[in-house]
Amino acid sequence: MSSHPLLEVERLSVSFPVTGPGLKGLFLKQKLHAVNAVSLQVEPGSVVGLVGESGSGKSTLGRAMLKLEPSCAGSITFDGLQLDNATQSDIARLRQQTAMIFQDPYSSLNPRQTLGEAIAEVLKVHRKCSAEKRASRVDELLTLTGLSGDYKSRYPKQLSGGQCQRAAIARALAIEPRLIVADECVAALDVSIQAQIVNLLLELQRKINLTLLFIAHDLSIVRRLCDRVAVMYLGRIVEEGPTESVFSHPRHPYTAALISAIPDIDPERRLPDTLLRGEPPSPLDLPDGCAFHTRCCFAREACRKGEAPELRGDGNHQYACLLEAGEAERLTDPMR
Amino acid sequence: MSPLLTVDSLTITTRAGLNLVDQVSFSLAPGEMLGLVGESGSGKTLTCRALLQLLPEGALQITGGRVDFDGRDLLRLSPREMRQLRGAGVGMIFQNPSTHINPLMTIGQQMAESLRLRGRLSRKEIRARSVSLLEQVGIPSPEQRLDSHAHEFSGGMRQRAMIAIALACSPRVLIADEPTTALDVTVQAQILKLLDGLRREHGLSIIMITHDLGVVAQTCDRVAVLYGGRICEIAATADLLKHPAHPYTRGLIACQPHANVNAQGPLTTIAGAPPTAEEMPAGCRFHPRCPDAQRRCQTRQPVVHDVAQESGHRVACHYPLQRLIHRELDHE
Amino acid sequence: MTALTSTQISMGQRVTAPLRRLSRDLSQRTTLKIGLAIVLGWVLVALLAPWISPYDPVYQDLTTRLAPMSWAHPMGTDNFGRDILSRVIYSARVDLQICLLGVIFPFIIGTVLGTFSGYIGGWCDAIVMRLIDIVLAFPFLVLMLAIITILGPGLSSFFIAMALVGWVSYARLVRARVLVLKQSDFVLAARSLGYSHSRIICKHLLPNVLTDAVVFSMSDVVLVLLNGAAISYLGLGVQPPVAEWGVMVTEGQGFITTAWWLTAFPGLAIVLLAVGFSFIADGLSENRGGTQ
Repeated sequence: MSSHPLLEVERLSVSFPVTGPGLKGLFLKQKLHAVNAVSLQVEPGSVVGLVGESGSGKSTLGRAMLKLEPSCAGSITFDGLQLDNATQSDIARLRQQTAMIFQDPYSSLNPRQTLGEAIAEVLKVHRKCSAEKRASRVDELLTLTGLSGDYKSRYPKQLSGGQCQRAAIARALAIEPRLIVADECVAALDVSIQAQIVNLLLELQRKINLTLLFIAHDLSIVRRLCDRVAVMYLGRIVEEGPTESVFSHPRHPYTAALISAIPDIDPERRLPDTLLRGEPPSPLDLPDGCAFHTRCCFAREACRKGEAPELRGDGNHQYACLLEAGEAERLTDPMR
Repeated sequence: MSPLLTVDSLTITTRAGLNLVDQVSFSLAPGEMLGLVGESGSGKTLTCRALLQLLPEGALQITGGRVDFDGRDLLRLSPREMRQLRGAGVGMIFQNPSTHINPLMTIGQQMAESLRLRGRLSRKEIRARSVSLLEQVGIPSPEQRLDSHAHEFSGGMRQRAMIAIALACSPRVLIADEPTTALDVTVQAQILKLLDGLRREHGLSIIMITHDLGVVAQTCDRVAVLYGGRICEIAATADLLKHPAHPYTRGLIACQPHANVNAQGPLTTIAGAPPTAEEMPAGCRFHPRCPDAQRRCQTRQPVVHDVAQESGHRVACHYPLQRLIHRELDHE
Repeated sequence: MTALTSTQISMGQRVTAPLRRLSRDLSQRTTLKIGLAIVLGWVLVALLAPWISPYDPVYQDLTTRLAPMSWAHPMGTDNFGRDILSRVIYSARVDLQICLLGVIFPFIIGTVLGTFSGYIGGWCDAIVMRLIDIVLAFPFLVLMLAIITILGPGLSSFFIAMALVGWVSYARLVRARVLVLKQSDFVLAARSLGYSHSRIICKHLLPNVLTDAVVFSMSDVVLVLLNGAAISYLGLGVQPPVAEWGVMVTEGQGFITTAWWLTAFPGLAIVLLAVGFSFIADGLSENRGGTQ
């Protein structure tokens, strides 16, 4: 085991220019801060979950970490390689060791390529094997992901969602990556298929010691799959730590609310009485202080002013909340 | 209590003669929330669209069954009678509110449209009624929001607005088609709470279409599980979740990870994929994926029968799971 | 009441259902087939022109001027005594050439510029878009006429003018598609897999864009054909005595009250070829919609 993380980001920020609403927006270009000074480490061989609601910036962060989205501040280090002023060859090296899986399996495959062509293309571009061996390697990859070699002449539209996602995973594995970023890769699938794909990822992770960044909004799957979890709210990580610790002792009120809001298949547990109020504010107009204070039932004066709270806590389990440990402990009870 | 809405052997057929919905029967009592659970292609959405004659014209046809609502057969209503009923008797809300609210009309205008269908009301009365409806669905400062367009609302607020529009006709049954699938969990909980409240306070009957057993567990009184266009199990929620009698139901429950339990290792899965309409298996439609399938399952279609008469637990399986087995599962 | 209306509904369905089925079945592949048959028919006519035309298209027989339809001259003769059927047949050669060359240059130029402007964006996009604005600022026909006048009348000037003006619609169409596809997951996936830009453009974007451009070109052919006729009509395209449908209509217009066949038959030929192409366009677009 190497001592340094496989992928590390330091105070990474990503923003997009957007046109705001109304006449004002026509003249004033606004910036949407999708990711705000995020620091995250992914240890080799681990599964890190990145959770948050829509608009929290989790997908943008995932893409920016692979240099698929330009970042405006902060640094990214992949396997000791600084990627801030990355040259073409640095990016090429990153691409040879990372892959991505997307939410919609149909749209992530080129509709005019058969599965075989799509996988063979990866092998060809990255010179993974000789031209003669390519066909057998394609079969091997399809078999590894639970499809069979027969599928290589099929087009994506001829497959079910689950089969398509397996093919997308096979294509990602063709690179022989060390890190896979899976962006909501089971959210669009049927419930019975979700479990199959999650199991496939778990199995692959063990079999080839894959490192996985699992971006999802479904906390129950994250709890099952991930070693560590980072919770994002409006572009910031509000809590990060070992999965068990975060789920059983959430330190940030937002994490606690998220966990309590998951509908569990337990008929004894009806809807929680205390719900999180309202909806997240617009990322174009972030409130001062802690961005969560508008919805937090523990918010106090200090939460509403100044800068957003920094992550704190012991090195293992960090949270960005001003509440003290004692107060935070109470969070779990009233929320449930 | 006698049921408000009874669906009896509803069958929907494509032009090619494939039954997308096959002999589906269920009933809905006043003030009840019934869950219709199933994967894609299970026919849950089609069933509910058929109730309102909202099937894609020409492509699909209702070839059998009846739907009793208030002593009338909904399937034999004229288009005009259906239009009246759509507002007043049965309302519907959809998964994606932004595509089902007219973007060019304000929320108030759309509510007024529905309110006018209900009878002659003055402008003032309409406005007052609209404001109270928006208040009822929990939209803050309803006076101003009445004049907003859908795009000025956030996702959750849009869903609330759609519920308000549906409620404007004071329906007795509300069909909610995956109302929270497009929403975040925290907002989903709010909307579920709202629907639950409407049912408790106003006696609204709700049919909740969803793929998420978690949503069902939290809100519904009874659940019907659909697979491949047929009902495979129907029971009270607690009964179904604790003692599923159909192997498919058991599989569905098992393959969802619990958020509140610390567990490791692979999830239980159901092998294979849901069947498509073109390749519907003979016999029990679940048999290719069923771990307990016997020879009889491959050829003979099981009929829905009572498991426990007193609780109304019904299942369509030749070999329904015994309760004994479930005690073991519970301990696991 | 209920029973009555329900029988009415089912009767209505019984009446309309076969009609709808017919139109759908026809729409599935038949439109494409009919269109292809018509166009291929014209291609055959053009290829076999010397053998199937009864007379030399430019041979003047001043003794039979303005003869009406007869067994000797099935479509009659014109004011110089030339056989109209032969001229219509020979015209197919010129007009099909107009269709092909009038579309292929704008198609290539527009697709290339549109792809680059959409994919690269920034300054490249700005330049292409301004070029498009400039071309669009003039009425289409006026710009065509101006260019042809500068270059001198003739078919080659027409093709150059078409290429300079016609690429705009292709570029706009392709650019819009590329902008959408650029955001799609499979292009992002291709980037995440470390593919080069040229590979992404050639292997992933173009195959998905080309179908749209081809479908559009089939409806564009109709416009080009009519344009060619219009330009020839104005005396700037095909020069007499070469037979071309547009020219024939021009020449015959003076006799429209006395000898209608001079204009009617070449006009019909234009319509028939145009219908063929638009059928292909419809068939292609439906076919595409069905499979995706």
